[in-house]
Amino acid sequence: MTPAKVPHSGTMTGNDAGHGVAVNLVNLRRSYGTIHALDGLTLDIAPGEFVALLGPSGCGKTTALRVLAGLEDADSGRVEVGGKDITSVPTSARDMGMVFQAYSLFPHMTARQNVEFGLRLRHIPSARRAARASQMMDLVELSDHADRYAHQLSGGQQQRVALARALAIEPQVLLLDEPLSALDAKVRVQLRDEIRRIQLEVGTTTVFVTHDQEEALAVADRVGVMRAGNLEQLASPHDLYARPATPFVADFVGLTNRLRATVEGQRANLMGTSVPLLPGSVLRGGALVLIRPESIAVTADPAGRTTVVSASFLGSTGSLYAVTESGENVMAQIDNDTVATFSPGDRVTLVPRPNPALAVAHEAGADTTAPL
Amino acid sequence: MAGTVKLRAARRRKQTIFRRLVVALVGLFFALPIVGMVEFTTRAPGGGRTLDTWATLFDLGVINADYPELKTGLQASAGLVVLTVAIMLVMLVPTMTWVRLRLPGMRRLVEFICILPLTIPAIVLVVGLAPVYAWVAYFLGESSLWLAFAYVVLVLPYAYRALDAGLSAIDVKTLAEAARSLGAGWPTVMWRIILPNVRTAVLSASFLSVALVLGEFTIASLFSRDNLQVAINLLGKRDSSIAIAAALAALVLAFIVLFAMSFVGAARGSHRPKEN
Repeated sequence: MTPAKVPHSGTMTGNDAGHGVAVNLVNLRRSYGTIHALDGLTLDIAPGEFVALLGPSGCGKTTALRVLAGLEDADSGRVEVGGKDITSVPTSARDMGMVFQAYSLFPHMTARQNVEFGLRLRHIPSARRAARASQMMDLVELSDHADRYAHQLSGGQQQRVALARALAIEPQVLLLDEPLSALDAKVRVQLRDEIRRIQLEVGTTTVFVTHDQEEALAVADRVGVMRAGNLEQLASPHDLYARPATPFVADFVGLTNRLRATVEGQRANLMGTSVPLLPGSVLRGGALVLIRPESIAVTADPAGRTTVVSASFLGSTGSLYAVTESGENVMAQIDNDTVATFSPGDRVTLVPRPNPALAVAHEAGADTTAPL
Repeated sequence: MAGTVKLRAARRRKQTIFRRLVVALVGLFFALPIVGMVEFTTRAPGGGRTLDTWATLFDLGVINADYPELKTGLQASAGLVVLTVAIMLVMLVPTMTWVRLRLPGMRRLVEFICILPLTIPAIVLVVGLAPVYAWVAYFLGESSLWLAFAYVVLVLPYAYRALDAGLSAIDVKTLAEAARSLGAGWPTVMWRIILPNVRTAVLSASFLSVALVLGEFTIASLFSRDNLQVAINLLGKRDSSIAIAAALAALVLAFIVLFAMSFVGAARGSHRPKEN
């Protein structure tokens, strides 16, 4: 059996750092019947950058990744890698490493044989192949498990071997399709950090699809929030959180209060405090201000006009739910050691901190009196 | 507490007795005809026992001279087994894999088509296939080997079920996509990823096909072609004793072939270390 002819961009010298390439998705469209999975998606990724695509189920993030990998064909648009149009290049010749959501190790091969598989297809001599496989197993810290089969490895170990296998071929682009979602919480955090460490070490351009915002914010250089087949916002994790461009991003990333306010110029007045507004906010009249729980200060005040509904201990922090005199529900983040000082029915005063917030027209936000 | 333990022990004893009884009954069901065949083939003309029939059966010189149809039938059946299994695997494994990967909506239809021969009696199949075989004989000759085309149809339901179970046990789509992302073309995906992981299913499908082809009589007889069963049937009209001995030998041969195949499968699978 003759293996497919595949390009080989890497030198297999073991020094991988810094061989990332630019990736450009240009006006991609992909429909399944009447559903538009990708609706003119355009995304530019810099060489060596780690971009996470974040969004709810059905937003098109996985389709975008699969089109980039060549596993799905786009109806229209272009995929460019390193300046070359690869839209019609088959998957096997795209030179991309991919880690899947489902465990994808070949069950009839050991971990080492899995890692060597892509190298065999590239006709790398056995000595160099073995050295490269050992290097990759070291990188994912599984050298002791090289001779084990998939069924002898835990879920986290299998995904680490899959990562080693994807990186062994020195791919131009590393694609991660929710590789952590099948793992338990503790392993997920460990592997997440490990993926970031390895990506920084090898410098490969990486696209990471996830529906877990914490994962995306923790590892990516930039996070793209997707909705209905298009990018809603592409920004650094901090900007995405602190400066959401749209109500959808504000709602999807982190927790957000929607509070009625009066907007005047670049500022909004709510709860007796003036708050600066982010670009993209409505600039006049009544609006809803999207404000984070940690941007609201809570003080116990028997004369306050807000009533505590509940206070919860969350480990490193606490949260307090309250309802204002006008019936608005508010969630505030409080110190974990002050949780016990609040009881349902207590009166408090809420003061928004002067962090920039997004103001949207009233109809764009949800009902402010609905439970959060 | 002691009462519960006694109750459990009594239940276990009952279950053991029941299991042994079932095994004994099943064993008897299979053993009786075989014992009958052995008894029949060792009867001496004046009463008593003789192994003359068996000696004749294993004397190739006598068989070639006096019972040439047996040799022809055996050769034809051996060829049919190989050809049927080969066509079945080459046709079914890639098709079923492709349907799973690219045309999941067609799965039910393919299953229906593959199961369909189960509902068609062999005689009806022969009536339907007769015009086709007129053309086969015209283009490819009168060889019995071309019965393999009809036999592939015959073994489809069993082979489909066995292969479907094997393909369902692995994540074909993810494995294929992982291999392709690493640079494998479709032939490599099939040969080096899918096939090794459905090896047991392929063996099962092959076992069933071998057993079915070795035991097939109706189609070969109605098409006037040679195979082992047709030869045994012809032989039965001349010398019932040697015919029964040949039938029993064919049965044992089929067992040996199936055991050998399963042994090869088990040996190839034993390179996996045990789970720690």
